Amino acid sequence: MNQRTATPAISVDRVTVHYGEVLALDAASLTLDPARICGLVGMNGSGKSTLFKVIMGMIKPDAGKVLIHGESPSKARRKAGIGYVPQSEDVDWQFPLSVRDVVMMGRYGHQGFTRRASKADRAAVEHALDRVELTEFADRQIGQLSGGQKKRAFVARGIAQGATMMLLDEPFAGVDKRSEATITRLLRELATDGCTILISTHDLHALPQLCDEAVLLMRKVLMHGPPDVVLQPENLAMAFGLDVLNRGRG
Amino acid sequence: MDLIDILLEPLSYDFMVRAIITTALAAVVCAVLSCWLVLIGWSLMGDAVSHAVLPGVVLAYMVGAPFALGALVFALIAVTLIGVVRNTSRVKEDAAIGIVFTSLFALGLVLISVTPSQTDLNHIIFGNLLGVSVPDLIQVLVLGVVAFAILILKRRDLTLYAFDPVHAHAIGLSPRRLGALLLGLLALTSVVALQTVGVVLVVAMLIIPGATAYLLTDRFSRMLLIAPVVSAACSIAGIYLSYYLDTASGGMVVLTQGAVFAVVYLFSPRQGLIGTRLAKARRKKVAAFSA
Repeated sequence: MNQRTATPAISVDRVTVHYGEVLALDAASLTLDPARICGLVGMNGSGKSTLFKVIMGMIKPDAGKVLIHGESPSKARRKAGIGYVPQSEDVDWQFPLSVRDVVMMGRYGHQGFTRRASKADRAAVEHALDRVELTEFADRQIGQLSGGQKKRAFVARGIAQGATMMLLDEPFAGVDKRSEATITRLLRELATDGCTILISTHDLHALPQLCDEAVLLMRKVLMHGPPDVVLQPENLAMAFGLDVLNRGRG
Repeated sequence: MDLIDILLEPLSYDFMVRAIITTALAAVVCAVLSCWLVLIGWSLMGDAVSHAVLPGVVLAYMVGAPFALGALVFALIAVTLIGVVRNTSRVKEDAAIGIVFTSLFALGLVLISVTPSQTDLNHIIFGNLLGVSVPDLIQVLVLGVVAFAILILKRRDLTLYAFDPVHAHAIGLSPRRLGALLLGLLALTSVVALQTVGVVLVVAMLIIPGATAYLLTDRFSRMLLIAPVVSAACSIAGIYLSYYLDTASGGMVVLTQGAVFAVVYLFSPRQGLIGTRLAKARRKKVAAFSA
């Protein structure tokens, strides 16, 4: 499809992960070039979160290999290159932190022992807030934002971090249409600047405008290609487990 | 007798001065730690660890080792056992915590009963504020200052760990190490507080101040100020009350903390049950006037 000149941003090579008896990823392979936006589509339990954790190095695969920009995930992490936007349910929105506090956490990887903020850190945070248009809400407690603003706050954390790769878990859940468009525009801008973006979602209608490519995941990568091809109904049926009739052949 | 006399009279006794210094110090360190415990949801863990260190303290006493060492070892054993029971059986975490800490606490009680000098060790269970000796005070001072310094220096990492361990991992920190650090400090702090209010009531010092501060502010940095100030004030007030009312000092300290929490719970302008309603009514009144 596209000529590969540089090292891929993400290279997942036949990765298998078990949780006890349960097989979460089964020899899944995925290669993603830099500055691309890729949508990861699959139902619950298809291994989306596991794949994220493998890319971030939180889980060591039982078999297979993961490379981030040609390096091991732990090396890539130490360069603070991987930004992460969590799923809404995974965040304690009552936590007593302001939006600015959260964005500042993106800088911790660049700071010393006590994470005291330098002038450069503060400038990076203000720039990131400005970029996601949250400057006027910077002093609000994070729970006091709308669904879309919450997501943008975490994207700002990745920007302040200087992440060259961002992983977003269900960024459109609980987000209204207008915010969805804002987030889409923001992510497209980041990709233009060279950031590689991987999005896990089951919100299919947002994908074609947002993504350069899409991946169907069902414990293994069933399909990887342009969104409009991957999102064909017959392909989705395969990913969402509606292929019972065909299973006899395999 | 005027207020000055009321405040000064107890201070003419050395044991009261030592009691006040020890309690204030323990209160401050526990309160700082409690800010993270209540936000992570580790209150039960605080309860467990503070009880489970008892056999460690008794064994340390028997062999003449520092209390803190014994406490750290048993805190580690407790946390490991809780993890093992939870992960390798169908027993859920709260039950695992309940089983492990009560068993270890019971082991501590049994060890005390077979240790010759019983009076000394019984104080560990209920605390003996008014009997704090000079060496006790020095131990509390050293441990307290160490724990406090680590907590303050590492506060940003610990807050990140409490808020978003995945991000901590993503930027190259180790959430596991930060969690272990917090547990280690919990064990250390438990020893500090043992001296003052005793094993049974330590958990109050480890939960109430953080919870009180959490109801008063939306900023973690402010929680870290409010919790120790309120806790130290409550503790000193508790000691004075126990002096004049002739009641148990450890119990009085915790009771004061509980009473202040109740007041904040009801009247906090941000979160309080009654306070939020009063604020709303006031706004309405203002609106009516300006209309």
